[in-house]
Amino acid sequence: MKDLVVAVLMVLGALLSFLAAVGILRMPDLFTRMQAATKSGTMGVGLIIAAVAVDAAELGHSASAILVIAFQLLTAPVAAHMIARAAYFTGVRLWEGTIQDELRENYDQRTHLLRGRLEALSNIESLDSDSAKARESSGNAETSP
Amino acid sequence: MLESVSYFVLVVVSAALVLTFVRLVRGPSLADRVIALDLVSTQAVGIIGAATIITREPFLLRAAIVLALITFLGTVAFARYLEKRAAP
Repeated sequence: MKDLVVAVLMVLGALLSFLAAVGILRMPDLFTRMQAATKSGTMGVGLIIAAVAVDAAELGHSASAILVIAFQLLTAPVAAHMIARAAYFTGVRLWEGTIQDELRENYDQRTHLLRGRLEALSNIESLDSDSAKARESSGNAETSP
Repeated sequence: MLESVSYFVLVVVSAALVLTFVRLVRGPSLADRVIALDLVSTQAVGIIGAATIITREPFLLRAAIVLALITFLGTVAFARYLEKRAAP
């Protein structure tokens, strides 16, 4: 029974890993390739290591297998996000079939900030200058009489 | 039975490794190559898992933990380098 579970998990993981490789080879542009590679690659290896965790004789060995899965699940999205962000700024071309690119008008190419964040920053600065003016005028009002 | 399944898994993941190497060599941009390299080391973790089941040697999993962490560091370093180079 345990062997059957291990075998099914391993075969599923191997097929998902293969699917990730086919995706990274056949997809048309960087971002679609990346979502094929990151998601199904992580899932495939996660299933293989889960099979190791089920198969392990001692609890400690299962624990280190689960640790591998946890590291994969924690680090893969962060790494993929950083690479996608860097690639977008270096001007990697999107696929011709792309319908929508919402980042194009909302990202500032020079400062690498989202437009909403830029506006929030400028609002805070104007608020600061307003309150400084208010403080100056109130100080004048106190001293003048 | 488990051993033959593990060898099947090794064959399939090795075929995936070859396909990923094709993208690593061809990849038009540097970011494509970085992603392919990331996938190569992820598949190496999978190969270590299959080898753990064949050899019954649980300490191979320590190597898998280290490989998973080092891969993350390498990818983040490449991403920072790419972004700095785009906007100095």
